Amino acid sequence: MTVKVDRGKCISCFGCVSVCPVMALKEKERFPECDPDKCTSCGTCVKFCPAGALTLVKGEKK
Amino acid sequence: MIDNEYDVIVVGCGPGGSSTAKECAKRGLKVLALDRNLEIGTPVRCGEGLSENSVQTLGLDMPNGAKAQKIKGAIVYAPDGRRIKIAFKGTEGFVLERKMFDKWLAMEAGRAGAMTVPKSNVYDVIIEDGYVKGVKANVMGKDMEIRAKIIVAADGVESVIARKAGIKSGKNPMFVDSGFQYEMVGIDIEDPHSIILYFGNKIAPRGYVWIFPKGKDVANVGIGIAGNLGGEMTAKKYLDKWIETQPGIKKGSIIEVNGGCIPVGNFLKNMVVNGCLGVGDSVNQVNPIHGGGIAESIKASRIAADVIDKAIKSGDLSSSVLSEYNERWWKERGGTLKNVEKVREMFEKMSDEEMNDLGEVLSGEDLVDLAHGKNYAKVAKIYAKFKVKGIRRKIGI
Repeated sequence: MTVKVDRGKCISCFGCVSVCPVMALKEKERFPECDPDKCTSCGTCVKFCPAGALTLVKGEKK
Repeated sequence: MIDNEYDVIVVGCGPGGSSTAKECAKRGLKVLALDRNLEIGTPVRCGEGLSENSVQTLGLDMPNGAKAQKIKGAIVYAPDGRRIKIAFKGTEGFVLERKMFDKWLAMEAGRAGAMTVPKSNVYDVIIEDGYVKGVKANVMGKDMEIRAKIIVAADGVESVIARKAGIKSGKNPMFVDSGFQYEMVGIDIEDPHSIILYFGNKIAPRGYVWIFPKGKDVANVGIGIAGNLGGEMTAKKYLDKWIETQPGIKKGSIIEVNGGCIPVGNFLKNMVVNGCLGVGDSVNQVNPIHGGGIAESIKASRIAADVIDKAIKSGDLSSSVLSEYNERWWKERGGTLKNVEKVREMFEKMSDEEMNDLGEVLSGEDLVDLAHGKNYAKVAKIYAKFKVKGIRRKIGI
């Protein structure tokens, strides 16, 4: 699994990076990006996101 | 411009980072302070309030441009609409222009002799022999390894660098708020010299809506809610819904949007590892009731600089030497903040009805004391009074 970022809704606050327990999210070009190899699809970031910009989707492992 | 070795590298130039850089430089240390943004101070992720008391105790001689508005009190609305006006010494303060405030603090660091560099993203730490010995960073487009005796993780709430260094500063969603804010212009503000807060679980579960005036018709209008709610309603949706009910706000225009993660508790017993310590939001140094972290991080930075200076002069950079920072922080701030956290826990469990009761028994002065963890015995007394009120309501007297 991975997290899809809707850049239209995202306010680049990086709260998702803060709450991710496994540090799967990081900043890339002013938006968060999720590493599917690290993501455990726990949904913490999706619940947290103040702007509702995140969704869990199926993601390819590298 | 940038050397390969320093005494101290500070990661992040928010209030905590810049103050640590300044204090270390003042003590004669060679300091590099890196910030990932193009402009230190942006983007803002904050309500921008700072109390007069903090300004005085910290001796902040800030320029006028850093102050947007003088605040003389607060107006608090209970869930039933009951209005509590708080205005006396102790509630005075400022709504800041954070972009200017942070930039000013960075300038102070620069003037003290620290080298500050924006557009510098620190993405990893160098760990050797169990010690943090430096950072890997992209400094204005160039990947570099820079070494230092001590690394200060002032990387904010994301705390990626603190965590990579080994500080257990991961954010538990139970102990963070999800915040969303508009800076708005052309709105009606009932008192431009009061901060205005709206409580209620329907308005902002486990949090509140705030209006922090920055002028006659300009204000930060924001919301903080529990960070682990989930479901359809996000902080943005709660705020938008509330604004819909306020004609005086609804008619305004939005000139800025920001938001973020606000730590509200979960204070760390240990904020150091060999060769590294954390300052500010990265290690949850935030008042858990009002979510303010500026004063806390500056207070912590002064303790940190003392301890760093001592460690570097002694040549022992181990966590056992740096742990003096833990001890002093807990003695000076941790104990008080822990009390504030207990009050917060009490608030969190309240229904709207109970919050209305509290609005009846609390004076404005009590509220301020509660928020600052000042008078714990008084808190207990208020709690008892409030419980009695609840029982009276239940039995109908």
